[in-house]
Amino acid sequence: MSDPIRSAERTRLATAGARSVTEATVLGGQPTRDVLKGRVFFAFLLLMVGLALLGLAALIVDAVIDGSSRLDTSLITESTSRISPETAGYANAILGTVYLIGAVILMVVPLGVGAALYLEEYADRDRWWNRVVEVNVQNLAAVPSIVYGILGLAFIVRGPIDLGFILFAGAITLSLLVLPTVIIAGREAIRAVPPSIREGSLALGATKWQTIRRQVLPAAIPGIATGVILAVSRAAGETAPLLLVGATTFVTFNPTVFGDNGYTALPVLIFNNAKQAQPEFQVLAAAGIVLMLVVILVMNSFAIWLRNRYEQRW
Amino acid sequence: MEAASPTAAASTGGALPPRSLEASSPRYGEKAIHGLLALCAALSVVTTTAIVFSLVEPALGFFGEVPIADFLFGVEWAPTFSPATFGVLPIVVATLMVTFWGLLVAIPMGLGAAIYLSEYASPRVRKTIKPALEILAGMPTVAIGFFALYFLRPLLEDLLPFLPWSGPFSAGVAGVAVGLMVVPIVASISQDAMSAVPSGLREAAYGLGATRMRVATRVIFPAALSGIVASIVLATSRAIGETMIVLLAAGASPNLTASFTESVQTMTAFIGQTATGDIATGTITYDTIFAVGLLLFVMTLLLNLVSIRLVRKYREVYD
Amino acid sequence: MRKLLVLAAFVVLALGAAACGSDDDSSSASSGDGGGDLSGTIRIDGSSTVAPLSEAAAELFQGENPGVKVTVGTSGTGGGFEKFCVGETDISDASRKIEEDEVALCKKNGIAFEEVQVANDALSVVVNPENPVECMTVDQLKQIWNTDSKVKSWGQVTGLVADVGDEQMALFGPGTDSGTFDYFTEAINGEEGVSRADYNNIGEDDNGVINGVAGDQWALGYVPYSFVEESGGKVKPVAIENPETGDCVEPTLENVQDGSYAPLGRGLYVYPSGAALKKQEVLDFLTFYIESNDAITEAATFVPMTAAQKDESLDEVHALAEGGK
Repeated sequence: MSDPIRSAERTRLATAGARSVTEATVLGGQPTRDVLKGRVFFAFLLLMVGLALLGLAALIVDAVIDGSSRLDTSLITESTSRISPETAGYANAILGTVYLIGAVILMVVPLGVGAALYLEEYADRDRWWNRVVEVNVQNLAAVPSIVYGILGLAFIVRGPIDLGFILFAGAITLSLLVLPTVIIAGREAIRAVPPSIREGSLALGATKWQTIRRQVLPAAIPGIATGVILAVSRAAGETAPLLLVGATTFVTFNPTVFGDNGYTALPVLIFNNAKQAQPEFQVLAAAGIVLMLVVILVMNSFAIWLRNRYEQRW
Repeated sequence: MEAASPTAAASTGGALPPRSLEASSPRYGEKAIHGLLALCAALSVVTTTAIVFSLVEPALGFFGEVPIADFLFGVEWAPTFSPATFGVLPIVVATLMVTFWGLLVAIPMGLGAAIYLSEYASPRVRKTIKPALEILAGMPTVAIGFFALYFLRPLLEDLLPFLPWSGPFSAGVAGVAVGLMVVPIVASISQDAMSAVPSGLREAAYGLGATRMRVATRVIFPAALSGIVASIVLATSRAIGETMIVLLAAGASPNLTASFTESVQTMTAFIGQTATGDIATGTITYDTIFAVGLLLFVMTLLLNLVSIRLVRKYREVYD
Repeated sequence: MRKLLVLAAFVVLALGAAACGSDDDSSSASSGDGGGDLSGTIRIDGSSTVAPLSEAAAELFQGENPGVKVTVGTSGTGGGFEKFCVGETDISDASRKIEEDEVALCKKNGIAFEEVQVANDALSVVVNPENPVECMTVDQLKQIWNTDSKVKSWGQVTGLVADVGDEQMALFGPGTDSGTFDYFTEAINGEEGVSRADYNNIGEDDNGVINGVAGDQWALGYVPYSFVEESGGKVKPVAIENPETGDCVEPTLENVQDGSYAPLGRGLYVYPSGAALKKQEVLDFLTFYIESNDAITEAATFVPMTAAQKDESLDEVHALAEGGK
């Protein structure tokens, strides 16, 4: 960060601001050029937000329309079926997804926040191994989900950990997949806490960990919650790695986390349904998408409540 | 976090020797926590090592049969045909093109949404829109893929009829869908970064008479730049690594093209298809999965090395 | 904050109890009442083409034997064999024959297996209903689909008995890693994997061929029978001239069963392992699979086996169960 450039920039800004004020007060009114630019900019922003929301709305409405004939409680209570798709449901898949999400949260929150804390609070950036860890985390965020599937198959299902094709193995694979997202978002959140808070706490005699636990972490919770929401949402919707790691697509009974009788998850089942020839399966797939939306909504609502309670502005 | 620099002894007649600011008793609990957190961070290194192991061994077998130059610079990708060709450029270009279209959509929409939410929106509006974006983030990629295939493709053909459309798959449509998928990443993380800029800076700028647009673009945006760049890099990474959407909407024909409308096969789509297809494991054809996976891994590693340097350059520290 | 943690802990405990609880194990002890008294787990994995058949069989079988748990995965024929040959699955679904490397792997791990036919399939060449073409020969298909084929329009195909003019031809086909691709290229072009590369490759989703051909009046594609049947008239299957008799034969149930739909009629197979067949539930399942073939193939929209084929399959199953190789 070159200081002369920074202060030159600020000086320029201050001058521009002062000129605007002078023009406004002495010369009467903002220059119309500015007002116009402001309006155009605002319209552009609204357009961008509108497009994003429109995209989301189109997605939802499209799915609801396609799946409307199957949107009833049988979707949740009935099991998978090959011979009678008109009455099939997603009961087993829902439970599978719920267990997966739960296990992922349990693993990803402590590990992710722990790693983020280490990288932000403890790691001496001059040491080369800490930089290696940093680069590592960012790189892992980019690795395609299917490569995590290959990793899971080679190391977790078979290989040294050798858990077999159980739901827990799928959960570990998904956790590894989304861990970098949590770490990165967590780091941003922790970094955003002003150093003055930390220094004040330390000056009052708190230890490093006490400072973190009582000052930094609570302040960083909104940002961390954002990261966890994004990460878990992604994990819930992932198909490709689960296919490699044993989420079989046809299961007609409820899964267990450590049982080796087979399991499935919502997105895997939706994908499989949409590929079938019979048109009833297409409708079922669309209804399944709506179901996933509901699951996401429930998760997000909880997380939003959490974030809103702890939001702070410095 | 840097340790507080030890204050020098009083410059005026310092009779006392400088006192050590180390803790008077070793705090083992603190050290234990330090170690535990370090372990959490080290897990990432373990993961990477495992990934490299699981990719390199079969990839080496592959490169024993197929010369690396043929692989990296060949322009025909047909490993499951006979005779098989292993030039990887078509699928690499496809990945880059899809990412390009995706970012073209995601960056304006994401940043626009972030600026709006951070600087213009009332808290009530913000509380409605931000969750909506997070719901978008939670959409399963399978759903977005089918949406792209059955809804976006006809829509874009109607909106852009002058392009040479043919067939149900296109790199551009897949790219737009991937862009839509990563908008929440850009928007959320950028908005968090912008919100974290101390209000004092904002208020000072307003106090000097700057317009809202000027504050947003000239004060807040540069101040939050490191977070914004980080969000864009993360979005790029996600776009490159996305599997399901491209599998469903971009097709499976490895054409070497930069066209918006042509069907292409990205590296991830190739891996996804072949790994769940009917190829026998242990054959050269199957080992292409690991070779392509390794290439993908190296590409994203390089991308991230470059971006880390960028982020460090733009970091702003306040207080 | 504290209340939140307590609530969260409670939810976690409750879920955990449900998640880890009542794990019916895969012992073959008899249990239950009504219907069958079998119990156990049967693991099937492999091709996604054959999976609908195995799923239908599994569901019907589980209806009569509620104590048995059958799961069907779709890791692909190759992935299925990889698991099968290390003993992780009981039955492997396959849309192609097992290859040498896979045979060697099974042998190395002492897995005895047998190829058991469970259904027939008619690989159908489809065109748009508006297209006047009714019948095509193997040679014409080879002109279109061979490597380095330069055919881009219908006019370039020689000997077509139909008035098609010189319209541009759009081609749709399955993923090049699928058994359908392997079978078609071998039957039409003479060798597996020999095909032109510049067609619309629909990858995983065979519906893509149906939709693509339905949307373009001059398109041509090839798909398994079930997709044509379920398409509800969106596409028109083309009759193939039998190379031996010279008759134009349509892909119907009867024509596939009596062998006249050649060369694109094929059998679909599963590979049970000798070890698995030692378990009573697997033996019963496979027997059921073959004997209830009509109901199963109707549910999954495939072509049923002839009586002769069923007998042969049953023989193979019993031979393997009694010790085989």
